[in-house]
Amino acid sequence: MAEKKSGATPANPANPAKPVERVATLAPGGDGWPATSGAHAPASQRARAYLTKPGTETEAALGDAVILTKLDDVVAWGRLNSLWPIPFGTACCAIEFMGTVSSVFDLSRFGAELVRFSPRQADLMIVAGTINYKMAPILKRIYDQMCEPKWVIAMGVCASSGGFYDNYCTLQGIDKIVPVDIYAAGCPPRPEAVLQALMELQKKVAGLKAME
Amino acid sequence: MAVRAGTSSTVEVDFAPLRQQIGAGVLAEGRLGRLPLIHVKREALLETLRFLKEAPGFRLHQLVDLTVVDRLHLKDNAASSDRFELVYFLHNLQTELRVVVKTSVPESDPKVASAFSLWRSADWGEREAYDQYGVVFEGHPNLRRILNHYQFVGHPLRKDYNILRGQWLSDADPLVEELEQRRRLHPRPFEPDEPGETMILNIGPSHPATHGTLRNLVELDGEKILYCIPEIGYLHRGFEKSAETHEYQQVIPYTDRLNYCSAISNNVGYAKAVEALCGIEVPERCQSIRVILAELSRIMDHLVCNGANLVDLGALTNFWYLFNLREKIYTVIESVTGARLTNSYTRIGGLWADVTDDFVEATRALLREIPADVDRTMKLVARNRIFLDRTVGVGKISIDDAISYGYTGPCLRATGMEYDLRKAQPYYGYERFDFEIPTGHQGDTYDRIMVRFEEINQSVRIVEQALKSMPAGPFRADHPLVVMPDKSNTYGSIEGLVNHFKVVMHGISPPAGEVYDWTESPNGELGFHVVSDGTMRPYKCKVRPPCYYVYSSFPQLAEEGLIADAIAALGSLNVVAGELDR
Repeated sequence: MAEKKSGATPANPANPAKPVERVATLAPGGDGWPATSGAHAPASQRARAYLTKPGTETEAALGDAVILTKLDDVVAWGRLNSLWPIPFGTACCAIEFMGTVSSVFDLSRFGAELVRFSPRQADLMIVAGTINYKMAPILKRIYDQMCEPKWVIAMGVCASSGGFYDNYCTLQGIDKIVPVDIYAAGCPPRPEAVLQALMELQKKVAGLKAME
Repeated sequence: MAVRAGTSSTVEVDFAPLRQQIGAGVLAEGRLGRLPLIHVKREALLETLRFLKEAPGFRLHQLVDLTVVDRLHLKDNAASSDRFELVYFLHNLQTELRVVVKTSVPESDPKVASAFSLWRSADWGEREAYDQYGVVFEGHPNLRRILNHYQFVGHPLRKDYNILRGQWLSDADPLVEELEQRRRLHPRPFEPDEPGETMILNIGPSHPATHGTLRNLVELDGEKILYCIPEIGYLHRGFEKSAETHEYQQVIPYTDRLNYCSAISNNVGYAKAVEALCGIEVPERCQSIRVILAELSRIMDHLVCNGANLVDLGALTNFWYLFNLREKIYTVIESVTGARLTNSYTRIGGLWADVTDDFVEATRALLREIPADVDRTMKLVARNRIFLDRTVGVGKISIDDAISYGYTGPCLRATGMEYDLRKAQPYYGYERFDFEIPTGHQGDTYDRIMVRFEEINQSVRIVEQALKSMPAGPFRADHPLVVMPDKSNTYGSIEGLVNHFKVVMHGISPPAGEVYDWTESPNGELGFHVVSDGTMRPYKCKVRPPCYYVYSSFPQLAEEGLIADAIAALGSLNVVAGELDR
């Protein structure tokens, strides 16, 4: 995604010679999802880019030191950029999840590299692999142990629907026992597909109210 | 007794001494594929097995695998009319003698004597046969379900069990009875300072060090493990039942997901077995490509195993190094097969497609990088004091125990036994390659890790030589009933069109019969026991998963050690759940 600049450059009251750079219009939710990758911008600018609504010129008048935004947006911004996953990895998909975490694909670019193996410390469960009837009660228990708010990505077709294991032992989709937010297709999904699933989830998280 | 071992020829065995021993107990002699077979009455089974294990000339000291054939729909003239046929695969690793023993039990009384006292691999082998087929092994001290959950009713691999009949489980097995039993079977001299001072701890299955699917219930004295009860089956996904409802070619994607760290090795093992059943010899180019890709898979498998094992020990950096190397191999394999992980590259009678034009060059470039990248990790661990303290002498197992447990592959070689199927019974031209079998000294965690690292280097040597000698020519066999014709042939000639139609519509129908064939997979002997009834779907397709038998020894490795040591040992066994639970 290319970095976009938008709107007229407002005047910088502190230094009229140097206008304030408005990095982007990045309203959370709707179609306003990051128009910039923001990956190369400094953190402060990225935060500003995400949190500032288009048209809040008041903020520009206050300079770099203050960001005006809504509480919901700040909380959502914090949540979506620090999803802590618990990988419920059972099978082949777990190997691709390892690929997603390691250097080439680098999940940490999305703030989700802090893989927790305790459900108490995680807010995103990534179910990577086949779940059978023997595993089902354990999956349910781990999910129940996670604190709200929490989300679930069903990684791969086994977790989504049982995949081509349509037989006596395989659970035909984890959504029979836990709610699923994002389904990632593939057997296993490529790391890019896992990243996409995470970005889709970030969109969803961005639309949530702080107190919901 | 005369044993004439050959690579592809059949082996002649004289069963006269056995006949003398058990007399009328022998029902028939014959062959299973190219292996000598003896069918005995069930009353004579235990005596037969003991004789074959102990008699000079046989000394079949490893029970490689044991399984059951449900003959409900099988209409051939067998030695017995009973419904269940038990099949024992025995192996002498020194003389390369393999013998298959069969016995039959009726449905009304499916009982047979347990071989538990002869081989330790019979423990889990018999439990699986009981779980899947409902054959009861009398004298087995712990005959309970292993792959299916404890509330499961019925035996899924029986032909009259509906494949779609799933059964819910309310909660995990508490395993308390098993713990009680293990206490009785292996009393440990433990005198608690206060009564009730031991602690019972559940490790897994959702636990980072148990790789997601292995569960162990341990009883602890401080940090020392007194008793360890492994429970598996958390990734049992019905490979064998699914294989029975799919055509021979359609089973190939399922084999990917056995040992998913090295999918192509499984593809090759399965295709080789079905080809043996059909009597097809694949062309040399196909063999050569299979060797190259299987060796690259072996490297990838060892990278993940050692990388994850080192993470379990707390050394994260190595994992990044090794996984980056794995990504480089992915790139080459993906350019050939179209997939990173689950390749489904082989077909019965050949390959999905020929390798790409730049394959040889890309692989050569890769081979230059592999040793350098492995070296980088070795610099971090080889003389690392923490690494040595945590691995040397940890999780030891002796050669005899290892063989009895059914160890094969790197874990067996780590005990000091120089045994590799690629040398002992070469296939696909392995006899032409110059490579060594790395071995360990004492079968501990350190040896297992180092054997794998060295095998990476040896695999590089094999691939180098195979690239040099890769012949031109067809990449699939010329066998119209099995192999798809070229597109030009399909559209250009009526024979090609008919051939294409036959293969697509009617699939492959190997002649009725059965075969057991094996390859040296990254984990050891990967065997496929395929039974054909002459139709287009396998009547039975049993995998002999190497890590299943390796993992059955885990209590012995873990008990009397610390928890941290058990974790280190577990990682070094390379238990891949897809292969373990199938």
